[in-house]
Amino acid sequence: MGNYWTAFLVGGFICALGQVFLDNTKYTPAHLLVGLVVFGSVLTGLGWYEPLIEFSGAGVTVPVSNFGYILTKGVMEAAKKDGLLGLFKGVLEIASAGVSGSVIIAFFVAILFNPKC
Amino acid sequence: MAEKLTGQTIVFQNPPRIISHASVVGKDEGKGPYGKSFDLVYDNAKCGKASWEKAEKKMVSDAIELAMGKGSLAANNIDLLIGGDLLNQIITANFLARDLDIPFLGVYGACATLVEGMALGAALLDGGFADCTLIFASSHYQTAERQYRTPLEYGAQYPPYKQWTVTGAGAYTLGWLGGEVQLTQATFGSVIDLGVNDPNDMGSAMAPAAADTIIQHFIDLQRGPQDYDLILSGDLGEVGKSLLIELLLEKNLSVKKKLQDCGALIFKGLKGYGAGGSGVGATATMLGSMLIPRLVSGELKRVLLVGTGALLSPVTVKQNESIPCIAHALTVEKIPGG
Amino acid sequence: MKNINKTSDQYKKIVSKKQPPITKARNIINAFLVGGLTCIIGQGLWELYILLNLSKDNAGTLSTLTLIFLASLLTGLGYYDELGQFAGAGSIVPVTGFANAMVAPALEYKQEGLIMGLGANLFSVAGPVLTYGMVSAFVIGVLIEVFGG
Repeated sequence: MGNYWTAFLVGGFICALGQVFLDNTKYTPAHLLVGLVVFGSVLTGLGWYEPLIEFSGAGVTVPVSNFGYILTKGVMEAAKKDGLLGLFKGVLEIASAGVSGSVIIAFFVAILFNPKC
Repeated sequence: MAEKLTGQTIVFQNPPRIISHASVVGKDEGKGPYGKSFDLVYDNAKCGKASWEKAEKKMVSDAIELAMGKGSLAANNIDLLIGGDLLNQIITANFLARDLDIPFLGVYGACATLVEGMALGAALLDGGFADCTLIFASSHYQTAERQYRTPLEYGAQYPPYKQWTVTGAGAYTLGWLGGEVQLTQATFGSVIDLGVNDPNDMGSAMAPAAADTIIQHFIDLQRGPQDYDLILSGDLGEVGKSLLIELLLEKNLSVKKKLQDCGALIFKGLKGYGAGGSGVGATATMLGSMLIPRLVSGELKRVLLVGTGALLSPVTVKQNESIPCIAHALTVEKIPGG
Repeated sequence: MKNINKTSDQYKKIVSKKQPPITKARNIINAFLVGGLTCIIGQGLWELYILLNLSKDNAGTLSTLTLIFLASLLTGLGYYDELGQFAGAGSIVPVTGFANAMVAPALEYKQEGLIMGLGANLFSVAGPVLTYGMVSAFVIGVLIEVFGG
């Protein structure tokens, strides 16, 4: 699962690519996030994401593309077990903690704080 | 009685006077080079209210109260209220007018709203339809930013040419008695769009509209830059200002030494404001707190005030429309001997 | 437009000449450094949680949650947008950027109430990410069922 160096270099590289995308197109950060998630999902379908995690660890699990990975991995595993129904059941199978966690944490932070004036 | 438009310009036969005025600003504007000239500086963007929109309304209401007080005017002295702001359905102006028992015209010209309102108010006076009009306009960083762009705490990176919406409101009373400056001509601009579609770069979008109106003003009155001590644009910022200079230079009009911009001036010297301020608050506060004092002191005699507005909406931005823009010009002069 | 005889293309050329340039090289370096450092923190948390006897998968999930918590907190305290000015994509691409995209609009629209304000706007930027993530995962799943299986 990688080490500090590979995590730094690969994670930094993905962010640098994102910066090139933002500085050279008129697209917004939201477009970039969506693009990365779809990208992660495609790489997972091709079977390339797990080797990347083995090599660079957090370098590919911290970027948002990891979200595409866990969603797609969930679908693929559930489809093996439950067939067609698995395509629906599996989406949030592994991603549940991340999705629920961010909603719950975001909710409480938003309740507690106010934008600075 | 006024004459009909020459081209796009009205020449007032009896120039209406600015009797009194007041401008109020937010904390950051108060730190700028003109911070001490404003009538009131709030230390908090909420101005003690529950929401930013209510805070903007409070600013306008304070500005109007101050302006009326300075001119010793009561509500029944004012024939007509003309005003607007940048929010959808001009809610600041409309909801404020709810609290005042004065006939009201809501106007929208984005950041050209103040000059549009002043020109209309002056025309109604010169036409003999009113004896006293009150014009106001406002913008507010937090309310504008969340309507037009992204949430405040969102970590998107800004380009170096982005402009910052000015938190500020100004109110002006026009009439026949008192005051030391008068409005002599007004040029109404047409809407111009040269295809700029970056909502972070409104200065570039608005510069052609400003150039068009200024050129038209000179043609209609057979004047040139030499006839003015200062040309003061609304909120072009540094980038839009340099574009305006270039566009006018192509027509052999050299304004480099005479052009200043309210948006570029209001945050001058402060770090982190990109190309300067934007929003109708820039014109609405700098007219009263920077321009009028310089006219009164005699440093300037005749000034062309050019309000510039980017007429975009958040919906048109998402639909990839380019930004239509408008500019209106108003000649502001020191009253001879006054 | 009678006084300005210029086409949109001609004008855009002048505009690009007058705009202060985006410092692209510096932006890339900043994005690389901040993004890379965020990943190092993620790696550190992951290894720490494994040392605390969590399974590899659970440790990974918990380190993601920790990063989400930290980014949400920084957003609430009002520092994340300033980090974003410096880091650009370096603070957008990591999962911390996703957390910021949820908290920022929720904070801002709290004025419009807890349901239609905070509740609805929590997803104003994050919603598209969830939507396209789920749809693309589903589509990839279907493709694998049909062609790979």
